[in-house]
Amino acid sequence: MKSRISEKFNTLREKNEKALITYITSGDPDLDTTLNLVLAMEKAGADIVELGIPYSDPLADGPVIQRAAQRALKAGTNIDSIFGMVSKIREKTELPLVFLLYFNTIHRYGIKRFLEKCQNSGVDGLIIPDLPLEERRELNEVMKDYPIDLITLVAPTSEDRIREIVLDAEGFVYCISSKGVTGTRDRFEIDLSNFINKVKKYTTTPLAIGFGISNKEAIKNLKGLCDGLIVGSAIVEKIEKGIKEEAVEDQVFNFVSELHEAID
Amino acid sequence: MSKLDMPKRFGEFGGQFVPETLMNALIELEREYIKVKNDENFQNEYKYYVKEYSGRPTPLYFAKNLTEKLGGGKIYLKREDLNHTGAHKINNVIGQVLLARRMGKKRIIAETGAGQHGVATATICAMFGLECEVYMGEEDVERQSLNVFKMRLLGATVNSVASGTATLKDATNEAIRDWVTNVENTFYVIGSVVGPHPYPTMVRDFQRIIGDEVKEQIFQKEGRNPDYLIACVGGGSNAMGLFYPFVQEKDIKIYGVEAGGLGVDTDKHAATLSKGSIGVIHGMMTYLLQDEYGQITPVHSISAGLDYPGIGPEHAYYHSIGRVKYEAINDDEAVNAFQYLTKVEGIIPALESSHAVAYLMKLAPNTKKDDIIVLNLSGRGDKDINAILNVIGGTKNEK
Repeated sequence: MKSRISEKFNTLREKNEKALITYITSGDPDLDTTLNLVLAMEKAGADIVELGIPYSDPLADGPVIQRAAQRALKAGTNIDSIFGMVSKIREKTELPLVFLLYFNTIHRYGIKRFLEKCQNSGVDGLIIPDLPLEERRELNEVMKDYPIDLITLVAPTSEDRIREIVLDAEGFVYCISSKGVTGTRDRFEIDLSNFINKVKKYTTTPLAIGFGISNKEAIKNLKGLCDGLIVGSAIVEKIEKGIKEEAVEDQVFNFVSELHEAID
Repeated sequence: MSKLDMPKRFGEFGGQFVPETLMNALIELEREYIKVKNDENFQNEYKYYVKEYSGRPTPLYFAKNLTEKLGGGKIYLKREDLNHTGAHKINNVIGQVLLARRMGKKRIIAETGAGQHGVATATICAMFGLECEVYMGEEDVERQSLNVFKMRLLGATVNSVASGTATLKDATNEAIRDWVTNVENTFYVIGSVVGPHPYPTMVRDFQRIIGDEVKEQIFQKEGRNPDYLIACVGGGSNAMGLFYPFVQEKDIKIYGVEAGGLGVDTDKHAATLSKGSIGVIHGMMTYLLQDEYGQITPVHSISAGLDYPGIGPEHAYYHSIGRVKYEAINDDEAVNAFQYLTKVEGIIPALESSHAVAYLMKLAPNTKKDDIIVLNLSGRGDKDINAILNVIGGTKNEK
């Protein structure tokens, strides 16, 4: 069965367009806002939305997303209430939705129980930044029975590991732009195109670049390299700013619209 | 994929739950570590520095007064407190920094709780002229200001970590984030038998010198193995160092002592094995203190070195198969033991080690006169004098 993610990339490929993938943390500042933001981002031109699952110890995240997770947890967000919100989103849109979460959340919930809930609420894929190739076999086995993509991450330091990581890749391959944690940065890996070309050698699955993409300029510079671009911390910063000015949805809608213009 | 030369797991525990960016660095570290493990030159270099620089072997002291007072078996104290920088931590730091030098890494990072591992790392980096950055929780920076000053004197940069609960757990997250960013020129010196493979194995190997020496020393003094081993457990490196060489000897009873804080039935403790459940923290599958959704819960101990919600995966394994018994000791019992050992033997123990002493005080009276008990006195208590002063006041001897 083709997932919503694959269908989206197919549609975009036929039109020769690139996917704009946007990230927000679920429950930042509360789940009602998250629901509205997903719909607002879709309207503004987002093709796929990544929903971060707030975690107490997000070791792949920089300060911006750490703060978002803290706000969400403080608001009482948990995985059960997030599944509830996803079900509500699904009543309104077929937009592909991907969870970005740490493995302990799944482990604690129980792998099967977690995947059941993902399937029932309408989650299309999982990105798990602390579950490298060596540790993902158990989850892989169980996931075969579910229509959910396990999206794998490759890094500029992956080198000889790339081939095995992207073997059987589902949905899209998440190419990490540079060393470090999530968050805006001025510079990417000097040989980013080199790295992306290496990944392309081993897979036909769509490639999306993420980490540190924060503005129109970066999108224009990078869109030729890949099939999609992921923007996270920069959007979360708009939410942070929006909370202070009580204009979260406007801030995010306007920013994602700008990004969408840049990617077209 | 790399060849599996060294098991990545202890039973179901351990593994490498880290961002992909770090995987090749861990594979390289494992490969280089396997090389030096079997390299006589490296082992001699390690032995040279732990002897000439840190003062090993540390004595195995027969605590005559303590033995008489507690009225049970013969008590020996393994004096890790007499190491340079005042704790067992330096054994591991010497090993890892020597390895970092071999690998050509010029920049060293470390996390620290009480500051002992940070001071040990800053010390060895000063000696070898390496750049050193230490991550320490904001709360610990305040609690252990003397150690912070020491590290700065030694030339290290101390980064205060305000995220999360601002303690050891968060300092470790931040050190991992630094490593993900600077992985090519940086060596991360982890301070305990925790983290992703190969750290738990490597740190154990650099700490097993404690148990290896005890084995030799107790044979000289008593002509046989001890009957009981006791050590405190935060991440668990001093305990693993003592236990590991004896763990196959099934007759020896082994006790790890966790921090019970205000009591294991309150929400203010760090008794990972007594109250925790299995999950992932800092790159390893192990027992940890977490809520029903897998959020890591805040921990408490009067001793900053035991204030950690996880535990080394090898301890988790020994717990799961029942080889080692893990007991919890509360803050007040540890404070009491701190004063007791100080008065009875004239040895001021670290608050961490005081947890082991407190358990000894419960255990020893129930042992036989000809039993032999070895307790790992992992560190000295100078750093804790202020904390004790705050708890008991300065008038204790005047009443």
